[in-house]
Amino acid sequence: MKVLEVPSSLDYRGIEELMAKAVTVEPDKLLLDGRHTRFVDPAGMIGLLGVGRFLQSRGAERVRLQMDPASEVSGYLARMGFYQAASGIFEVDAPPERARGRSSDVLLEITPIAENQDVHALVEHVQERAGSILSRTLHYPPSAVVQFSVILSEVCQNILEHAGAPGWVAAQTYQWSRRLGRQVLVIAVGDLGRGFRGSLESEHAGRFGARWSDSTALEAAFIHGLTRFPDQGRGQGIQQIRKQVRRWGGVIAVRSGSARIADTSEWEEFPPLEDGLADFPGAWITILLPEADPEGGK
Amino acid sequence: MSDSGDFQLDAFAVDVRALLSTTVASLYSHLITRPTGRAVRMAIESQIEEIPGPAISMVDFSSVAVLDYSCADEVVAKLLLGLRDGGSVRSDVYVYFRGLQSFHREPIEAVLERHALYAVVEADSGGAELMGPVSEPVGSLWTAVEEAGQVPGPRLEGWLRGRGLRSADLERLVASRSLFRHPFRGDIYALSELSGLLAARPEDSSGSQDSPEPNGRDHTS
Repeated sequence: MKVLEVPSSLDYRGIEELMAKAVTVEPDKLLLDGRHTRFVDPAGMIGLLGVGRFLQSRGAERVRLQMDPASEVSGYLARMGFYQAASGIFEVDAPPERARGRSSDVLLEITPIAENQDVHALVEHVQERAGSILSRTLHYPPSAVVQFSVILSEVCQNILEHAGAPGWVAAQTYQWSRRLGRQVLVIAVGDLGRGFRGSLESEHAGRFGARWSDSTALEAAFIHGLTRFPDQGRGQGIQQIRKQVRRWGGVIAVRSGSARIADTSEWEEFPPLEDGLADFPGAWITILLPEADPEGGK
Repeated sequence: MSDSGDFQLDAFAVDVRALLSTTVASLYSHLITRPTGRAVRMAIESQIEEIPGPAISMVDFSSVAVLDYSCADEVVAKLLLGLRDGGSVRSDVYVYFRGLQSFHREPIEAVLERHALYAVVEADSGGAELMGPVSEPVGSLWTAVEEAGQVPGPRLEGWLRGRGLRSADLERLVASRSLFRHPFRGDIYALSELSGLLAARPEDSSGSQDSPEPNGRDHTS
């Protein structure tokens, strides 16, 4: 059995390391060893599900996931609905039981997105608790709950409209003591679909010629709002999400294929465009929204 | 209908939230996702098709708590595109949007900008407002008609000239269905004026020779 070590910090940065290992490992009997993982965020959880599904699709006979059952991470994964979502993807040794009912400290558990009604259910579900988290934890104005719902709706529709495969979404707030000294809301959405390059290829690859790549496809969609649909009304969702994230002083990064594009900020400096990452399928979107600046900023 | 001016205009109200419940799913309370928006727009279009003659449709968003960009594109932009460019919607129907709250405005502004469309909406003050990428001369002309309520056809040329307004801009506003032109007399009406006239009249009114004869109808589901 081959062993892939899960990073100790399985967040939107740490997941990159695991994706890089996943694309090179020989699919066989595999163990993902997460016993030393001490932090996980929604991007890490969803990315981990994506890695498991990807290894399955490459023919891995069996993919086991081992976490430290006594660790806080394992209990947190249970509260976020990870083990439920991982059923059929990983074999998990004695996963902790998920508490009955909703966990009050969770904004949005891992939620599969496969059809239109999933987006409706998600927005209905998130309304109640988003209001209190956005206002009390992030100190956003009451109207933010509508804008937050719109972001979730549009970002999930990206899966349905462009991926051609189901995906997941999750969101949670964290105290970023060292990096920012404030709370940050992390929203993660991911799928193993055709990715931005695959989605745009038939309509737009020709005009880019030899320059056509994951990064040019991301630029086309993210910067210029291009989609594979001839309809002029398409492609607004991601543009409007970017605008709202900027207003809140946040960050949005989209990883697809071997590239990542981002609107960055002074407190989280993603490169605006990265190429040459591990060629991992699908699209992986991370949105970071910081607590409003007590000095009267965002 | 005759050329003496006894032209009849129908009005019908569309409660978007109610339409969402009856045409898409009673469980959904938000106007989100493109398929949902498409279903709601098609329901509005089919109501329009049931009206025998020219009509003003008062599309009410007041019960809609969340409106995303995809839905705004399907419900607002595509409905207006159909009216402006023909296609699936009849060209003798006007749309007056009501009940817009601050959080509806941003997605609607975005889709209007994207498609270079205008939309007449009820303003918070009770009057009307022209939304969309409106240039200064077009906006001035629309506002002047809105303030006047109506401008009689025979006086129109002088009325425009006296205010330094251009007939080309008027044609643009009429073509975009942001102003109503009486088909026989050429009078120009603000949509808010029309909706006010229609709201003030009983359903069996026979109308007068001075205005389009409005028939109020309520198509709220």
